[in-house]
Amino acid sequence: MADYKGVLIFGEVAEGKLTGQAQELLGIGRKLADALGEGLSAVVAGSGVAGVAQQAIAFGADKVYVVDDPLLKDYLNDPYVAAMQKVVEQAKPQIFLMGQTNVGRDLAPKLAFKLGTGLSTDCVDLAIDPGTKKLLQTRPVYGGNARATFTTEGFPQIATARAKAFSALEKNDSRKGEVITVAAGLAPSVVRTKLVNRVKEEAAGIKLEDARIIVCGGRGLGGPDNFKLLEALAKLLGGAVGASRPPCDNNWVPATLQIGLTGKIVTPEVYFAVGISGASQHMAGCSGAKHIIAINKDPEANIFREAEFGVVGDLKAVLPALTDKVKELLKG
Amino acid sequence: MNMIVCAKQVLDPEAPPASFKIDPASNSVVPPPGVPPVISPFDGNAVEAALKIKDAKGGKITVITLGSNLLRDVVKKPLSMGCDELILLEDPAFQNGDSWSIAYALAMAIKKVGQFDLVFCGRQSADWDTGQVGAGIAELLNLPIVSLAKKVEAVDGKAKVERVVADGYEVIETPLPAVITVSNELGEPRYATLKGIMGAAKKQPIIWKPADIGADASKIGVAGRRTKLVKLFQPVKEAKCEVIKGETPQEAAVNLAARLRQAKII
Repeated sequence: MADYKGVLIFGEVAEGKLTGQAQELLGIGRKLADALGEGLSAVVAGSGVAGVAQQAIAFGADKVYVVDDPLLKDYLNDPYVAAMQKVVEQAKPQIFLMGQTNVGRDLAPKLAFKLGTGLSTDCVDLAIDPGTKKLLQTRPVYGGNARATFTTEGFPQIATARAKAFSALEKNDSRKGEVITVAAGLAPSVVRTKLVNRVKEEAAGIKLEDARIIVCGGRGLGGPDNFKLLEALAKLLGGAVGASRPPCDNNWVPATLQIGLTGKIVTPEVYFAVGISGASQHMAGCSGAKHIIAINKDPEANIFREAEFGVVGDLKAVLPALTDKVKELLKG
Repeated sequence: MNMIVCAKQVLDPEAPPASFKIDPASNSVVPPPGVPPVISPFDGNAVEAALKIKDAKGGKITVITLGSNLLRDVVKKPLSMGCDELILLEDPAFQNGDSWSIAYALAMAIKKVGQFDLVFCGRQSADWDTGQVGAGIAELLNLPIVSLAKKVEAVDGKAKVERVVADGYEVIETPLPAVITVSNELGEPRYATLKGIMGAAKKQPIIWKPADIGADASKIGVAGRRTKLVKLFQPVKEAKCEVIKGETPQEAAVNLAARLRQAKII
């Protein structure tokens, strides 16, 4: 398949801007393109998104394919798969990267099957094999207990990247690039599903993905009430409150607080894991934290193999005393 | 409503992380001794989604499981929860596939089942976590797909789905037939009742081989893979935890605060 060349990334747009994750894709895309000695392009799709093309160029794209169509205004599987198929047929990239986002998780697999090619999702490492020049795709498996490296036989080699696994390049507004308009050419009948409504459930305040400090509660909290103890500490430190899966499944806290393999991936400076056993699926969401502090009454809990500091004790006794002492220290 | 649920038997993801071991020679996981396999948890949510619709609208649920070394009391769990029929794709030719060859085999089996309104899959399996098979089935059968469902209702020949997104959810309507992948936000799968377990014990699963579903040998199992596993490994962990002590939990907490301050972490 000698006619497949270059790296293409999906330039996801949110609120009229190229998302942070799309910027990260350009960062790793640049490395891969350079290793192949080929070019880096981005595809920006939506309605009224032509202005985003320059942002993609500023973050490293040599070329930007813009697919602007009213049928692409909101993400839905059918029109986006059709539009991406069209762009891939035109651009013929060797590698196509997307973010492992609500959009990427839905778009990438359907597109891969439509194109008859392989896909690796949630990649934490991407590299070019120096010998074969194939894309080496490394991803967590078995709930995060292990990593697996894959290669793809077909083209393009498609991969979705985990948030924060890669870094964006410095923005350079004076960078020049080529903008190519691609007509979506979509018949409305292509779109089988309908977006009826969008409901926002996230609490106002610091987003977990952006928080510098996170206080996270697990099954050990025993119920919704003890989350007040976490909120007090988080408020004092200017941080956000998160949860592992059991409190969300038990409806103690909203599902949008879930940190983990299928929840939010966070990379704070400081992560308090309170009443959290430290199962791999949860660690997959927070192992990028710089400092992990564990509070758990079970000395055998796996979290103590993952944390930098720990206290073995009842969180109902530990947290208030911790909060009070921290308050005192911050004053002095 | 005729519904199909794809369920997979996997090594128990709740087994302690310390018991997880890889055999590097075969690039595979060594099953932890004494820990029986289970139905992949998100597939349990998929079964629950189908059962909720059966409760509301009536109908029949057919479960399809592809795998090897399938333990009958594990794969029959969806039957004991209330599903009606179990089909096993059990044959060495189906083994060691990836999302591609597994989705192909399941799609061919679904074609053979015939008439259906909905196909439910878990959002990702607890072993390989790829999250692709549902989409693959949809593409191969030319069906619409809605992923990450936290609520599914059948209304007037359509399905109304609440789909999980990062800051809340979307409400998506899809015509039927369709494929829906299900997430844990749908709710805990129901427990099997004693009546359900006894009924399931009497039911015999239907076993289909590649020839039964008209499968192209080059598209199933290892032969049908579009991805190749190069290496399976456990990243080396360097962690060492400093456990902060105290006479009482409160004293330990005070000592922790002081230590974090000293380390300039807070």
